[in-house]
Amino acid sequence: MFVQQLINGITVGGIYALIALGYTMVYGILKIVNFAHGDVFMIGGFMGLILAQTTNLPIWIAYPLAMLITALIGVLIERICYRPIRLHGADALAILISALGVSIFLENFAQLVWGTETHAYVQKIQRTAYNIAGITLSNIQIGVIVLCIILMIVLYLVVNKTKMGMAMRATSQSITSAQLMGINTEKVIALTFGVGSALACVAGILVGTYYDAVYPLIGYSYGLKAFAAAILGGIGSVPGAMLGGFLLGIVETLGAGYISTGYRDAFAFGILILVLLFRPSGLLGKKHVDKV
Amino acid sequence: MMQKIKKIKKPLAVIGILFLLLFPVIITSSYYLHVMILAGIYVVLSLSLNLITGYTGQLCLGHAAFFGIGAYAGALLMVNVHMNFFFALICSFIISGIFGLLLGIPALRLRGDYLAIVTLGFGEIVHLVFVNWTELTNGPMGIRSIPGPSLFGIELDGNQEFYYLILIITALVLFLLNRLVNSGFGMAMQTIKADEIAAESIGIYPVKYKLIAFILSSGLAGLAGCFYASYISYISPTTFVYNTSVTILAMVVLGGLGSLTGSVIGGVVLTLLPEVLRSISDYRMIFFGALMIIMMIFKPEGFWGVSKRVKNIYKIKAGGAQNERDYESR
Repeated sequence: MFVQQLINGITVGGIYALIALGYTMVYGILKIVNFAHGDVFMIGGFMGLILAQTTNLPIWIAYPLAMLITALIGVLIERICYRPIRLHGADALAILISALGVSIFLENFAQLVWGTETHAYVQKIQRTAYNIAGITLSNIQIGVIVLCIILMIVLYLVVNKTKMGMAMRATSQSITSAQLMGINTEKVIALTFGVGSALACVAGILVGTYYDAVYPLIGYSYGLKAFAAAILGGIGSVPGAMLGGFLLGIVETLGAGYISTGYRDAFAFGILILVLLFRPSGLLGKKHVDKV
Repeated sequence: MMQKIKKIKKPLAVIGILFLLLFPVIITSSYYLHVMILAGIYVVLSLSLNLITGYTGQLCLGHAAFFGIGAYAGALLMVNVHMNFFFALICSFIISGIFGLLLGIPALRLRGDYLAIVTLGFGEIVHLVFVNWTELTNGPMGIRSIPGPSLFGIELDGNQEFYYLILIITALVLFLLNRLVNSGFGMAMQTIKADEIAAESIGIYPVKYKLIAFILSSGLAGLAGCFYASYISYISPTTFVYNTSVTILAMVVLGGLGSLTGSVIGGVVLTLLPEVLRSISDYRMIFFGALMIIMMIFKPEGFWGVSKRVKNIYKIKAGGAQNERDYESR
């Protein structure tokens, strides 16, 4: 029972981690919370569904295509809704409210286009369950965990070993200094939004496949929980988001299994509030000091 | 130009007040009265949120939770203890304020976006409690047959009475907040909004001001909640959700952050608009979202925000010039 719950938790946690990466990368560079990220995740899920449903493309073409479209949407959101405000030099509240506006817009746009009902996901992969020593494990579950880990390793390598990753890290330290070093920071920011959105799209497709459901408001709860995961790990830190995602998934599943299912969502928010109160920099984050 | 506005301002205000006072007499349709009462409730909510978000600069995304706490507190007191509406109103103000204090003490040490998330999480948790604590809140079924107000044995539960009640409450709240934000206390709040570190450097302790603003804000939202519960006479958790918080925030933002007039206009317009344009009510939230983005890009101060600030500067300048002229003529 315990091990079963643990595995279920890791599966959900991997998905949280993928979404959390988008939050943490954007926060690392721009120091803003991209409220719309949860809804980009929802759009990603729908893109995967639509492309797999309406076209006869095999999933290894349809899903990357969905990722590409979602990435473009993410870049567009930054371009249209954040950049003008950022370049005005307006305060953080303005960007935050704009992000909230994007989130409301996307949620209601999706409800209008796809209806409020829950859509069954296209099952391109035959679901088979294995039973190992009393623990049920489906191939989709294994796939989710493996894919999450692979994507995280790739992202970690990109951020730490490539030139683009170096530019990203430089930009996150100081946008002005990075510009002085000849880095095209706007390009870096656009890329960050693109990569984050593509990862969110993968998470959307995985949730769709794992739970066999997408609906327009899915981004709200998942986005919040992923944000909680990002905070738990230390926002701005890429390994922190991964750790936070897995931890949150495990805690939530165990809490729902052993304490109460009605309050399932409250565990994530409870953790979020506790972490923010007692260790705002998170588990792996750097201490932040306000300087004049 | 400014003089012209000043000249017509007073007659306009008089006409406006007369219109509001005579509204139930002029327009007898109970539907319009109902919409106006709702608008009154939302004006109180947006005014209270403006205190914390507009004047103190702390984004709160859980305002519906305080609205809900007030509504549930008021409803339970009126239904279970048979408390008089007016006492329940005060009690829900206090209870909501206490919850504001409990959330505020730890949360207000956080910066903007973190606070937004914590209040959002708080709103979610409160909603979950409303749904799951069935012994107290009756769960998703909600609380039914909440009595209307009565004073000295006279029942005041007609729509007209409710209209005048909310009119009085709104006027009182508006008056008090107007006094508050134009006082030294209000100046301190606005300094914190402009720059927290600078505020600290001149001896303003931000946490204290934020906390008081937060308690007042949540208390007023609770008051509106109690009124709502008594007016609709039925409450359920579905009213006190994230969307309500966002709607209230949209009213504040579109009306103008840091402007009481803006909040009143935002509250009235955004309540009336979906009612007037029934045909597009499906698109209401999309419209709000898009409007929030456009507003932040082109006019971050809201419709009413900037003109207010400009007027203030003019006032100071005009006052200065007046003194100079006085000096010269002497």
